[in-house]
Amino acid sequence: MKQNNSGMTIIVKTIAKLVIYFISVFAFYITLTGHLTPGGGFAGGAIFAAGLTLLLLAFGKDILLKKFNYSKLNIADSLGALAFVIIGFCGFFFASAFLNNFFFKGKVFHIFSSGQILYLNIAIFVKVAACLFSILLLLSMFRILSENKTSKEKEK
Amino acid sequence: MEIILISLLAFMIIGAIIAIETYDLLSSVISLGAIGFALCIVFLFLGAPDIAIVQLIVEILSLVVLLKLILKREDKDDTVNYNNFSIFSVIFFTGIFITLAYFFLKEIHKFGNIFQTFNKGEIYSYYISNALEKIKAPNIVSAIILDFRGYDTLGEATVIFTAILGGLVLLRKIGRKKDETK
Amino acid sequence: MLIYILTLTLFLLGLYAIIAKKNIIKIIIGLAIIDYAINLFFILIGYQRGSIAPIIPKNSTIKNFVDPLPQALVLTSIVIGFSMLALVVVLAIRLYEKYHTFDITKINKLKG
Repeated sequence: MKQNNSGMTIIVKTIAKLVIYFISVFAFYITLTGHLTPGGGFAGGAIFAAGLTLLLLAFGKDILLKKFNYSKLNIADSLGALAFVIIGFCGFFFASAFLNNFFFKGKVFHIFSSGQILYLNIAIFVKVAACLFSILLLLSMFRILSENKTSKEKEK
Repeated sequence: MEIILISLLAFMIIGAIIAIETYDLLSSVISLGAIGFALCIVFLFLGAPDIAIVQLIVEILSLVVLLKLILKREDKDDTVNYNNFSIFSVIFFTGIFITLAYFFLKEIHKFGNIFQTFNKGEIYSYYISNALEKIKAPNIVSAIILDFRGYDTLGEATVIFTAILGGLVLLRKIGRKKDETK
Repeated sequence: MLIYILTLTLFLLGLYAIIAKKNIIKIIIGLAIIDYAINLFFILIGYQRGSIAPIIPKNSTIKNFVDPLPQALVLTSIVIGFSMLALVVVLAIRLYEKYHTFDITKINKLKG
């Protein structure tokens, strides 16, 4: 039976399996309190993409392609952008202009305050994380067939 | 304060010279990473913590991308360069740039006084006084990119999506031309 | 003023790498250095001496902040710079697959 020896050694795999949870919680925290502390959707999405890159480098691309199908990443990316545009059109229909901030602005320094900023942060988080990770997955799905032939294949 | 910034910038310039001129390609990619980390520290000293987080993570990801290009392909830079045309064009464009930079540096405000720009800080005081009253968001940078200038964020989302689309198109299977196989 | 001159020197080094180097990896590194120099220059313009980062603190009435508008512009610029780098790396991979070299003086078989 062929051993599963793609990716890195077993120490790296064990640590990656533990650390990914901390990275995910940190990314969610920075996104959700983006209107109170430094951070926001871009920083949180980039941190989550870096955590998924750690999994990709530790386990190899075959195991990760079983969980993260490339079309699922494209769907997540498009859903993030669609949520952004739908929130913008809510401002267009219920208030005066596109992306007008008409949502409920609560008290200052609470987490459910300041209108559409929280929801837009979540949409940007999904979009940026899916996009940055799919760039790296694209570069590792590429495979050189052999030294003689110059043709290549892209695995699906 | 300025001593720290100048020394970090000198470190970045030395790192850039090493990254451009060295013979080994792996060393130049690692020097590029060192420049990026020093830039993150400079952003922290200039009062931009939001930018420092994004710069750090994007620097790590671009190191991974560049290393995927270099490893298993060529490792050394053995090109011979410096013909006459390249030296002439470098001197020409550097001359144009230094001339325009001289006229620019006479007009720009001194480093550290933003109330001496040509609009005397009107836009700055508008954003700061309205971020807490109208939007009730303490993070002024988030209030700007998602409320005052939200349309720019939509444009940025489009640009990232276009980059992925371009990458996907370029890495398709070759099946069109017959003269690819030897 | 010296800080602006050093930043423009970093930009000029990146420009030199794009113009005068014959290896594609060095050209890509020059592109990344230009990206860093431009983002740094934007944040340098908005710095105010003796002031804090643009986050309003909870129970105090501090009113002098750094200019937040250049930071909002640079935030999207960094992510766009990374996408551009990834696209150029994909181009370099395709060129290597066809010509087996990174030297741009040997990439000259333009067929109709």
